Amino acid sequence: MSKSEKVIKGVKFGILSSEMIRKMSVTAIVTPEVYDENGIPIEGGVMDPRLGVIEPGQRCATCGNTLAQCPGHFGHLELAKPVIHIGFVRHIYMLLKATCRSCNRVKVTEEDVARYRSLYRRLKDRWPQLANSLVEFVRQKASKALECPHCGARQFKVKLEKPATFIEEGGRGKLYPDVIKQWLSNIPSSDLEVLGLDPEVARPEWMIINVLPVPPIAVRPSIVLETGMRAEDDLTHKLVDIIRANEKLKEALNSGAPEIIVEDLWELLQYHVMTYIDNELPGVPVAKRRSGMPLKTLAQRLKGKEGRFRGNLSGKRVDFSARTVISPDPNLDINEVGVPYEVAMTLTVPEYVTPWNIDKMREYVLNGPYKWPGANYVVDPSGRRLDLRYVKDLKALAESLKPGYTVERHLVDGDVALFNRQPSLHRMSIMAHRVRVLPGKTFRLHLAVCPPYNADFDGDEMNLHAPQTVEARAEAEELLLVEKQILSPRYGGPIIGGIQDYISGGYLLTLKSTLLTKEQVSDLLATIDYSGEIPEPAVLSPVEAWTGKQIFSLLLPEDFNFIGETKLSSGSLKCTSEECFWDTLLIVKKGKVLAGVVDKTVIGSQQPKSLMHYLITEKGVGRGAEFMNKAFKLFLRYIEMVGFTMTLDDIKPERGALERAGKVIKSSYGEVDKLIDMYRAGQLEPVPGRTLSETLEIRILDVLARARDESGATVIEYMGLANPVYVMARTGARGSNLNITQMSAVLGQQSVRGERIWRGYMGRVLPHYKPGDLSPEARGFIASSFYRGLSPLEVFFHAAGGREGLVDTAVRTSQSGYMQRRLINALQDLYVEYDMSVRSSYGELVQFRYGEDAVDPRKTAFGKAVDVDRIIVKNVGWRMSL
Amino acid sequence: MNGGKKSTSIREKILEHELVPKHVLLTKEEALKVLRELGVRPEQLPWIRASDPIARLLGAKPGDIIRVERRSATAGVSVAYRFVVVG
Repeated sequence: MSKSEKVIKGVKFGILSSEMIRKMSVTAIVTPEVYDENGIPIEGGVMDPRLGVIEPGQRCATCGNTLAQCPGHFGHLELAKPVIHIGFVRHIYMLLKATCRSCNRVKVTEEDVARYRSLYRRLKDRWPQLANSLVEFVRQKASKALECPHCGARQFKVKLEKPATFIEEGGRGKLYPDVIKQWLSNIPSSDLEVLGLDPEVARPEWMIINVLPVPPIAVRPSIVLETGMRAEDDLTHKLVDIIRANEKLKEALNSGAPEIIVEDLWELLQYHVMTYIDNELPGVPVAKRRSGMPLKTLAQRLKGKEGRFRGNLSGKRVDFSARTVISPDPNLDINEVGVPYEVAMTLTVPEYVTPWNIDKMREYVLNGPYKWPGANYVVDPSGRRLDLRYVKDLKALAESLKPGYTVERHLVDGDVALFNRQPSLHRMSIMAHRVRVLPGKTFRLHLAVCPPYNADFDGDEMNLHAPQTVEARAEAEELLLVEKQILSPRYGGPIIGGIQDYISGGYLLTLKSTLLTKEQVSDLLATIDYSGEIPEPAVLSPVEAWTGKQIFSLLLPEDFNFIGETKLSSGSLKCTSEECFWDTLLIVKKGKVLAGVVDKTVIGSQQPKSLMHYLITEKGVGRGAEFMNKAFKLFLRYIEMVGFTMTLDDIKPERGALERAGKVIKSSYGEVDKLIDMYRAGQLEPVPGRTLSETLEIRILDVLARARDESGATVIEYMGLANPVYVMARTGARGSNLNITQMSAVLGQQSVRGERIWRGYMGRVLPHYKPGDLSPEARGFIASSFYRGLSPLEVFFHAAGGREGLVDTAVRTSQSGYMQRRLINALQDLYVEYDMSVRSSYGELVQFRYGEDAVDPRKTAFGKAVDVDRIIVKNVGWRMSL
Repeated sequence: MNGGKKSTSIREKILEHELVPKHVLLTKEEALKVLRELGVRPEQLPWIRASDPIARLLGAKPGDIIRVERRSATAGVSVAYRFVVVG
């Protein structure tokens, strides 16, 4: 390690001059041969040992360092004739157009040059954009001149023939690189400034290569294959090609070969140097390996997703991480993650030995690397790492532990680890969990944290990272812990909460009709480790019985008030006052549920203004997390006790219902027929801005959609709260009325691109219909339900509609992913200053106050300073008007 | 403007349009005060071109600062400043 400390003040890019390349070179490369017959690298070849060490143990022929220390050294190759650097063709083109062909000055008058130069210098630092447009202006002005204002020479038009040939039309014809180099080197430095070049670091003649730097071997390592064969890096291959072409050209020049041959060889050299730099140039044949694979040359190493920038600098691979399939575990806390033993024994955390933990540390060391909880490494005070796999006497090592040692111990229960699921679109996509080491091979997580990760268990995998420093662990615990992320900054409500069975269970438990025996109550309370008093039974005789509301109330803080409509409270079950038969208005006073049930709008995830939301904001996230842990376990235990399932009969429509629904569909068919007749007779009134046939389609879709909803409603009307499917839809646990409609009434209109399905044969979708048939069935209206089953034709339409859904999701994810990337890249460096303004990293103001009101949505009641309604409820337990 | 009466020239109508927020040209003292409060150099403010209709209407010259008072869904009124640039 170097001891000197230096501060980087800035970075400036420039072009290497020929002299620079020669100066930094340790050797000239002169021969295309790489190895001699013994396989030893030849001096003067591209694998010259002076370019750096390759084998471990060797010492560098140039710097004397070993493999780890030697930085590698550049060589150089003298080209027989200069060639154009393909990365600079556009600059060269600009300069050739803007400067005089005979005196090589900018084609702008002397006074103007001076004026522009002083203007440019003043603009450069403060107004870089303006400086750029000034440069652009000068370039254009200079390019337009037909006569040089300095020497009066007539100018010819210079043309660029892609990729790298310059032609002076009517003048000298083709401009060879040596001529161009001469031209460019004649341009005075003072003129270059107004053309936007910095002559200190970027003299234009350096854009023409006559000395090629040969990168150190470390940049292009060769690999030894299993067969003992050596495979060289693509760059090495390309360098050999260049040297060969160069040798040939040199020979031709020395032997005084005809000009055409020289020119051809020169072209070839130009091609090789070009593809060495960039092998994806338009109009240039790509250089290929013998296998036909295009060579990965310099530009290819840097470009794109897997390139140096996006692949290695912006994104790196990390240690101390694990990835495996996830599965659910309702017995965990929401803050926890279940980690398999195998993972826990691979991931380690360095722990410093102190007098207070030395016994524990000895135990870990004694257990060794193969027994959990053990340790994989011990680092002694001198920094030496001992791999416990190879330590024979663990006992002796454990004895010798002293404060000052570090033990890299296995992950144990209670450690914090970062848990992540891609795509990480969210800050909640990475959260800290407490580790719980468990048997099995999957990561286990609590179901309530599925929404923030957008995870399910159909094969999803997730990543786990073990923070290595005390600081990192502290930060993870204080900021990233699941419970600290319950409230989403997106809408201020809880993103973590009840889903699916938690909601069904909560509903069933808090039903008015739920009465529990003492045994049941004990069972339920035992699952949540309840240790307080059991409340007075609600019913004393003939047997003591408790209501579910009583049990649920035990989890609420005693000073908690809440009143709110439940999801059930709609339609015929609507409740707006305390005295309501349907029991769908939840009333909590002093921590007791007086009326109402628990469903999605009470404990659901992504439900702002719910009981859980207020519980968290008023009692803190810790209390909120505790509530969730207990309530959800309680609900699951109860749903297990009573049993909750659905069967085919639950979606079987009632006979009377089906008849009524059928009538609805039939009458809608009649309506559609009428519309079609009107359309054919030309009596249909077109919707403004639509053609007649479009109008017809809109009207038909409208009629059929209404028919579907109506028939669905009639079928659902016959269902009651004894029907589990209906319960799930009504409480918000899973499914919707539309789903029920499709299962037991009608599937409805299938569509592709929002239109009725019409593609297929001429005038008809399938040969089973008459051409021009516009009736509902012929265009994809499915009158069957999933219960009844679909006819073959209906299956076809359903598949057509379903396919569109799949394609849509595939297309949408890629498009929105790219949009997200662009957005994040644009916004990532913005921050909120202490004065609440949003600024860029250059200090530019983006917003004068964050969000114009400087409000953190997680900490306020929907942007307002106070939520008066809530304060009344909180303190009085009652709100006058709902 | 001509005393509450609806003006006829298009240029002045810009000011009356409901979607055009209130723009005020700051005096030099006001501008300096704003810059000091925000702790920024003028060019770090959002820019507005001198050729922008509203800037032309106010007679703003490059280097001036304009205060914009917008109606805001979250904050009622939000104040922003813009630096007039050439163009």
